[in-house]
Amino acid sequence: MKGEVLLEVRNLVKHFEIGGGLFGGRRGLVRAVDGVSFSIGRGEALGLVGESGCGKTTTGRCILQLELPTSGEILFEGRDLTKLGPDEMRAVRRRLQVIFQDPYSSLNPRMTVGDMIAEPLGVHGLVRGAGARRDRVRDLLRKVGLLPQHAARYPHQLSGGQRQRVGIARALAMEPALIVCDEPVSALDVSIQAQIINLLEDLQADLGLTYLFIAHDLAVVRHISDRVAVMYLGKIVELADRKTLYDDPLHPYTRALLSAVPIPDPELEARREHLVLRGEVPSPLDPPAGCVFHPRCPIAEDRCRRVVPELREVKPGHWAACLLA
Amino acid sequence: MGTLLDVVDLQTHFVTRGGVVRAVDGVSWDVAESETVALVGESGCGKSVSALSIMRLVAPPAGRIVGGRILFKGRDLLALDEEAMRRVRGREIAMIFQEPMTSLNPVLTIGRQMTEGLETHLGMAQTAARARAAELLAMVGIPDPVRRLPQYPHQFSGGMRQRMMIAMALACEPSLVLADEPTTALDVTIQAQILELMKSLSRRLGVAMLMITHNLGVVARYADRVNVMYAGKIIERGTAREIYANPRHPYTRGLLRSVPRLDEPRRARLDPIEGQPPDLSRLPGGCAFVPRCAFRVERCAVETPPLRAVGGAGHVSACWEAERLSAAPEAVGGRR
Repeated sequence: MKGEVLLEVRNLVKHFEIGGGLFGGRRGLVRAVDGVSFSIGRGEALGLVGESGCGKTTTGRCILQLELPTSGEILFEGRDLTKLGPDEMRAVRRRLQVIFQDPYSSLNPRMTVGDMIAEPLGVHGLVRGAGARRDRVRDLLRKVGLLPQHAARYPHQLSGGQRQRVGIARALAMEPALIVCDEPVSALDVSIQAQIINLLEDLQADLGLTYLFIAHDLAVVRHISDRVAVMYLGKIVELADRKTLYDDPLHPYTRALLSAVPIPDPELEARREHLVLRGEVPSPLDPPAGCVFHPRCPIAEDRCRRVVPELREVKPGHWAACLLA
Repeated sequence: MGTLLDVVDLQTHFVTRGGVVRAVDGVSWDVAESETVALVGESGCGKSVSALSIMRLVAPPAGRIVGGRILFKGRDLLALDEEAMRRVRGREIAMIFQEPMTSLNPVLTIGRQMTEGLETHLGMAQTAARARAAELLAMVGIPDPVRRLPQYPHQFSGGMRQRMMIAMALACEPSLVLADEPTTALDVTIQAQILELMKSLSRRLGVAMLMITHNLGVVARYADRVNVMYAGKIIERGTAREIYANPRHPYTRGLLRSVPRLDEPRRARLDPIEGQPPDLSRLPGGCAFVPRCAFRVERCAVETPPLRAVGGAGHVSACWEAERLSAAPEAVGGRR
């Protein structure tokens, strides 16, 4: 990790209770995030990958305080967000922004692009006066590759890529330190994804932004992240710098994930052996004992069914939660 | 191998308030027996409407097939009456959709949904159909199939539902399966399972497959031939190897270059295709890709380029400048 620590997540746990209530049903506890720890340095991009239900989005939502963690600490610029009062949180929230997967459902269909970007500028008292706000909106539109005339448009008049640019402009308006990017390109067409990824990288370089980049596309995550954490069933199973994780994965789940991605090259694919995992991700309602990955693991031993592997530093800077790593 | 499906100059239009949208605009392609053909393109390019047109499931009154022929085993499907068409659907041509949950009936058991087709199309008795349904579930790797038959779709995971869709599609032993983004809603490890399953089953049963997808990796692994669509037209076609090693349309080339690849060193910057996908109700004259094209010349905005031969093995491209692409620096095939 480079530079000072901007965000540190310590032993984050988020459990959801289900069942009971009006319609009854079996009560249970979904262990969405089950003891996750990592930190992000200022100016760094940390990738968080995993399949649906692994807890990556819930982790992001806990950091944004959109979910109240069951336990654990979230230190942002040195302060524990879980202990802040509403007023203090309001001031911090400005510095902590989010870009969502689907820009269409996260934009107000009845507001123009300009009004949507200007609104938080007024609410947070960042830019006072209508004229100054208009200038700032124009400036933000230019930063994300849109034109001044886009300010007068409504979301439905924009393409998917343009809408995502508006979402990014709204996040930037708050002059954030950290942006949680939750699947920011997965709803976009292939030809547009690269535009948005390049934009996010340019903005990071220009404005010194820090990203938590949550995605399931391993190639995209490799491209944008400095370090990458792999999640499975509520836990981080491997964490390393980009090159180490992709060139020398230690956890059998990471290896299987990388092997499952088909490469756009027929000659290569004809020669390539895919390591196809058996079974499916078990329910987080009733996670397996021992290592949560053992029922699907191709190299599991007897002790994997009993002993929970700790995330340990196997090599300097390379963490894995596997007894056999 | 003989031609199984021959789509000739298909045109499917939608009437909207914004005007007529030519979702499929004079498209011709074919599938040989036991072959896997891919239809690749981005949202709105017309790939799904192409598949729906073959099944004659384009919803009227807005959507209409206004021209062309769909020759399946020599018969024009567009000339069949509804009764005859119903016998084709499911029995001879089956379809697998992206989101199985929306194409399954949530209030019917898995068993009932599977036996329905067997009873109507194949005239099987109920008990025989049930036994066959269990066999099919076992074939697609669903454990304990007899216990699964009385269950409902919501009791299945996403991957299991897609396995079930495959079992249903193959139930009547069709000669062609249309798979519309069959794994897009699935996680990557489950996607790998499902695709390997489809590949092995189609080989074993000799079923031809039309695979509709936007995922260039999936196409590379599973397709024999590829059709690339843009704005309602096929703009390039060839064997998968030709298309990937030697793309001869700027759009195909751009798509291949824009995706980050795990098998290559990380690039400092991605090469996107600039601009936005076209608005189909307001297409410019000439080639629809002109506004985004790095190779455009004056002629492109005036004259629509036809598909023409640009290489061996049926490699065709709808680009006036196709020859210039192979000489262009950093062509995809030359990168390694």
